[in-house]
Amino acid sequence: MTTITPELIATHQLTGAEYDKIVGILGREPSYTELGIFSVMWSEHCSYKSSRLHLKKLPTRGKLVVQGPGENAGIIDIGGGYVAAFKIESHNHPSFIEPFQGAATGVGGILRDIFTMGARPIAVMDALRFGPLDDPGNGARNRRILEGVVSGIAHYGNCFGVPTVGGECVFEACYNGNPLINVFALGIAKKEEIFYAKAAGIGNPVIYVGAKTGRDGIHGASMASAEFTEESKQKRPNVQVGDPFLEKLLLEACLEAMQTGAIVGIQDMGAAGLTCSTCEMGSRGGTGIEIELDRVPQRETGMTPYEIMLSESQERMLLVAEKGREEEVFRVFKKWGLDAVTVGRVTGDGLLRVREHGETVAEIPNQPLADSAPLYDRPHTLPPRTAPIEAPEFASTNLTRDLETLLGSADICSKRWIWEQYDYQVRTNTLKGPGADAAILRVKETGAALAMSLDGNARYCYLSPREGAKLIVAECCRNLAVLGAEPVGATNNLNFGNPERPEVMAQLVEAIEGIAEACRFFEVPITGGNVSLYNETLGEGIWPTPVMGVVGLLKTGEPVRMHFRQPGRAVMLVGGVGECDAIRFGGTQYAKAVLHDLWGLPPALDLEREKRLQAAVREMARAGAAESAHDLSDGGLAVALAECSFGAAGVGAEIALDSNLRPEFLLFHEGPSRVLISTAEPERVAEIALRHGVEALRVGGTIEGEIVIRRQGQELVRAQIDSLRNVFGQALENQLRA
Amino acid sequence: MRFGVVVFPGSNCDHDAWYAVRENLGQEAEFVWHDSDRLGNLDAVILPGGFSYGDYLRCGAIAKFSPVMRAVKKFAADGGLVLGVCNGFQILVEAGLLPGALVRNAGLKFVCRELRLRIETTDSPFTGAGAKGQILRMPIAHGEGCYVADDRTLDELEAEDRVVLRYLDNPNGSARDIAGVLNRERNVMGMMPHPERAADPLMGSTDGLVVFKSMVAAFAHA
Repeated sequence: MTTITPELIATHQLTGAEYDKIVGILGREPSYTELGIFSVMWSEHCSYKSSRLHLKKLPTRGKLVVQGPGENAGIIDIGGGYVAAFKIESHNHPSFIEPFQGAATGVGGILRDIFTMGARPIAVMDALRFGPLDDPGNGARNRRILEGVVSGIAHYGNCFGVPTVGGECVFEACYNGNPLINVFALGIAKKEEIFYAKAAGIGNPVIYVGAKTGRDGIHGASMASAEFTEESKQKRPNVQVGDPFLEKLLLEACLEAMQTGAIVGIQDMGAAGLTCSTCEMGSRGGTGIEIELDRVPQRETGMTPYEIMLSESQERMLLVAEKGREEEVFRVFKKWGLDAVTVGRVTGDGLLRVREHGETVAEIPNQPLADSAPLYDRPHTLPPRTAPIEAPEFASTNLTRDLETLLGSADICSKRWIWEQYDYQVRTNTLKGPGADAAILRVKETGAALAMSLDGNARYCYLSPREGAKLIVAECCRNLAVLGAEPVGATNNLNFGNPERPEVMAQLVEAIEGIAEACRFFEVPITGGNVSLYNETLGEGIWPTPVMGVVGLLKTGEPVRMHFRQPGRAVMLVGGVGECDAIRFGGTQYAKAVLHDLWGLPPALDLEREKRLQAAVREMARAGAAESAHDLSDGGLAVALAECSFGAAGVGAEIALDSNLRPEFLLFHEGPSRVLISTAEPERVAEIALRHGVEALRVGGTIEGEIVIRRQGQELVRAQIDSLRNVFGQALENQLRA
Repeated sequence: MRFGVVVFPGSNCDHDAWYAVRENLGQEAEFVWHDSDRLGNLDAVILPGGFSYGDYLRCGAIAKFSPVMRAVKKFAADGGLVLGVCNGFQILVEAGLLPGALVRNAGLKFVCRELRLRIETTDSPFTGAGAKGQILRMPIAHGEGCYVADDRTLDELEAEDRVVLRYLDNPNGSARDIAGVLNRERNVMGMMPHPERAADPLMGSTDGLVVFKSMVAAFAHA
């Protein structure tokens, strides 16, 4: 019997007060196993103890929301009797320690969250953030992490058979010791066949299915709730190993078993494994669960109850079946060659009771364990400004060269090298894949289509967490509008540093409030998400990095293209040239890639104007008035114009602008609420814009082979598409080869 | 015409092939589970893409031992049409129904990309509806699609007009740009590109339909 000492409590990352609360709940000292169970359930990762208070501010209701936060994934109604289940999850810490397996199991975990609800995953997207590939001290390691993460995602998703259809990949020095791997997944289910993670029906059997339990991943959830130190690199055994083939079998077997009607509730074993699935299912169902560890399939001998309960071995599920119908369930899992064993039963006493060799090794009331985790209102003073507000002196000597620099910069350049390693087409639903503003997946069953956009911008959020967060929501929604889609739901991944630092906590609070304001304004409910805190290495925190995934609805049909398709079309800047001043220019990619600087504030966002712009471009897309459409974001107008020219047709544009903005601002500022369109019907575009109270400037026309930008008669940029395309297309590979 | 799509544990393009045959081609299609040793009343068999049995050994190396493959071999020996796509091609090669081998891509990475193929012969039930020299746009998605064989085999394949499809922009280092080959009897074809992903205008290309339409025509004339 292990004695509980203050040191042992501390190594479980529990405070003295938290321990006292445990003793209060139990009415006695916990056993070693019980201490372990509490420590993972009350870890930041599982309990959201620092963020819960503020997450309540997010809007979670909407007429299409079937399931909001609190389940394995959020669910929205997509019509025709079908729903979409989606969520985003981070796997930041494991991916730093072991990039390939860390990223692979990140994909595996989020996929289980989707199919545990009865939904077949049809799309994955990833938001990836690394230290710079050319970083003087860390470049080699950053390149290795990127390559490992990408092949891990490819390995898992490709084999499982879910298309990886888009995402983002950006670089900042703050991610040198703490890369961010956020994985979004979406699945489809019949509305009548959604499954919940609830243990109901006293006496019903609790069945364990899937992989055997090993010693991998013990305390993974707690690891994700602490900063990195030199010792963390020794935590390799805490990272799980993924088996996508097994997960594919688990998917098919679970969906088939659900069809039998014998399953009452089901939950995957992700973070905190058997502990989390048993006590959460019991807590949600208002029941107890009793399990006998001897029956748990084990990969290794001599595992203690502590190890079995805390293992994070992958590809496992826990389900509750109707008593007497176990055989129907077993038959399906046997067909797929999977272990399925009754390990316990649902009880009426509200306790999580764990037995080993018939002896009780843990007995904890489910509800307080799952739901009464400590809740902290951590101090959050406003962050000290670390970037100067005033702009440095600068003047471009060659704007065409600046454009090339931007197109070849790590954040903007083509990520083809990455996404070609992903099967982005399997299941033949991908109407629009990677490399676009948003992905579009058709729903064969209903004729509807889903657009999805994944976005973050830590530069903006560093300058102002609140404004930055709003800009991210606006951009995601704009990305959908460009394709004619109406945003209907969102999920968020909040990646921040140590919440025990008031300035970090303040960033978190500001960002949540910014997201809440924008989502409320655009009427996009948040249906779930993930909070990843303690993203710090050796005391160095990451920039505040909220990532949004927004899902939109449209009809199945040929999607609006991003690229110009033929010469002789009108080019229109819907939303106009926008506004910018020196302070609002400091967060742009121009400031980063050309001036290597960061200052001031993010671009100014007028929510009303943004909403009108989105309504206008959505109508243009749906009416077929836009032959191509692309939103202006990183790198501003000039970069957007170049990106529109990188299609197979080799069509560019010649445009002339009338503006008093200085040339650098005019070409490269990142003011929101603007979309670049090519059209055969400029009058119709103008008419739609006018009706929505949006400016639509006819700035020029499409031409063969080059792009030309003039201002008041003066030529600012002239470049051959092929040479720009070369820079854009080769930059990432060149950096990786360096 | 009745197509059977074999489902191995780990197949993941099975539904796509089924959908293309039924919805885009308008023919009948059914799934065949890997442990059944009879094919039933089928007119053609498709071995779909995916990662059969996880492909943790050599791709297709385990699948060749599954009961259904005995039935497929018999079906092929009796002159039935067998199409292997991607992992299906790997399985056909492992099972000895087609010559050569498929090894790791020259670039050592999985590649998903739409590319161009050339029909090298129309003297096959898989390309009869096309034209010699016709260019097809179709995607590939594989990590181990580099076709290799000894020179004698390659010479023989060419001499017997059994190289059906060639890459215009070889993505994986395949010998002599080979993307698809026939058996000697010309009723079994393996190809790495995915015709079932190029069967619907919404997916960007319908060039893959040539393969399925050729099979339908060949069956009708048989």
